[in-house]
Amino acid sequence: MDTAYLIETVIKIVVILLVFSALAGIGTYFERKVLAFMQRRLGPMNVGPYGLLQVAADGIKLFTKEDIIPANVVTRIFKIAPVITAATAFLAAAAIPFLPQFTLFGYTVHPIVADVNIGILYILGIMGVGLYGPLLGGMASANKFALLSAARAAAVFISYEVVTGLSILAPIMMVGSLSLIDFNNYQAGGIGDWIIWSQPVAFILFWIAAFAETGRTPFHLIANDHEIIDGFGTEYSGMRWGLFFIGEYANMFFISFVIPLLFLGGYGDGSFLGALALLGKMAFFFFFFLWTRAAWPDIRPDQLMWLCWKVLMPLAVINVVITGFVMMF
Amino acid sequence: MNNEQFNNRNVTDGYYLVDIEDYPTDGWGKFKRVVKRTFRVELFVGLWVVLREMIKFDIHTVSYPAEKMPIGPRYRAVHEMKRLWESDTERCIGCGLCEKICISNCIRMDTKIDENSRKVVSEYSINLGRCIFCGYCAEVCPELAITHGGEYENASEQREHFIMFEDMLTPIDKMKDGKQLEFEGFGAITPHEDERVKKTPLAY
Repeated sequence: MDTAYLIETVIKIVVILLVFSALAGIGTYFERKVLAFMQRRLGPMNVGPYGLLQVAADGIKLFTKEDIIPANVVTRIFKIAPVITAATAFLAAAAIPFLPQFTLFGYTVHPIVADVNIGILYILGIMGVGLYGPLLGGMASANKFALLSAARAAAVFISYEVVTGLSILAPIMMVGSLSLIDFNNYQAGGIGDWIIWSQPVAFILFWIAAFAETGRTPFHLIANDHEIIDGFGTEYSGMRWGLFFIGEYANMFFISFVIPLLFLGGYGDGSFLGALALLGKMAFFFFFFLWTRAAWPDIRPDQLMWLCWKVLMPLAVINVVITGFVMMF
Repeated sequence: MNNEQFNNRNVTDGYYLVDIEDYPTDGWGKFKRVVKRTFRVELFVGLWVVLREMIKFDIHTVSYPAEKMPIGPRYRAVHEMKRLWESDTERCIGCGLCEKICISNCIRMDTKIDENSRKVVSEYSINLGRCIFCGYCAEVCPELAITHGGEYENASEQREHFIMFEDMLTPIDKMKDGKQLEFEGFGAITPHEDERVKKTPLAY
């Protein structure tokens, strides 16, 4: 293997880790600010200008807190669970092209760690593995609320894997590839070429499933504060809890990259403007996660299951069948 | 601050019964309800409401230590001892009624006869840790000497938080400037009291 390639990959991994760990922190700042403004509050204001250093204060607090392992927990599993959540979130980033390729000091950089030809399958698989964080953490916690949350996490993640997979099956049939770069190139011709116009149902289903996969507000029942405290995070403290947190926010960012790449043209033709457009679309989808949290109520677990198995999955199957017929004739 | 909107107690204004249709019982009715709810885009109404508030940026937060809400003149916070307008001496005559009426037993006082053969207060303390700010002391005081004030920031390091006579007394320079405020709340003289004074009926 080429040494330059190895160094480049390591640098890319480090950059992605650092950038998205920092973004997870800044994401919490944006979440608090956006929620505050929508509720006519000011949000964090006292630490630094406009509360910008609140992220640093929270980080210091998380890092210096005592690492408590409660009695009666299954210690090893309890310790490893947050790592699974954070690690799977960042693993999924390996197959996501964050920007078009660009030339830096005469060296062409591809801002994707590994352009594997099964990119989407890999991302979905890794996000499926992400289930083990809440599941193991909740079951190891010796806490009834955590156990409830683990059961809900298993039900929700496995159910919505079905919707995610089936909904993007139709676009995959059209593009004929599982690589996100191929998806992007398929839609490179401009707004008219975007897959959302030919697959609006798949787009909406995937978007809905993204909320379940990241556990955001309409489907926030995995760690629903008002009924099961913090769910699987109840017994965690300090940086272990922080890892769950970073994992959740990193997941939100990565999903916000994947949706535009799949359906909304990604970075288009690869120009500077296209890269900006991808970042803009990502920002919109991230903002939408916060927006819905301010606006929408949570639904019950049984309603969530009803929505998955009786509405979204049949729609996804019908969508795949119709796409198949249209492509055949 | 005006309180006008809170003074309207007529709840029948603008209230109406919401027209709720019956719940569907059969499967077809439930299906129709799902379809109707799906395509009526009610979710986006909620999204628009919160976005509108964000754009309007009509923030209601009071950034507390930097800015404070105005409180009413009748607010019952930490006590004050008033001075006489005529002579600038303290109004308290050491009668002990406030100590007697205090239902949480937080007032303690000691009096003596001074060199002018006048009864004065030598020791006076209120335990704010016990005080429930009921206002009885202010109401019972015959001289309008002890009243409540507007100072509500009485955080303390311990439960027993005593406040002494000298701390409550209006500072003499503030008194000289004529800036002592009369308390309008519990125990104060009602407005137009002079006009309401009647002769004592003597014809039994």
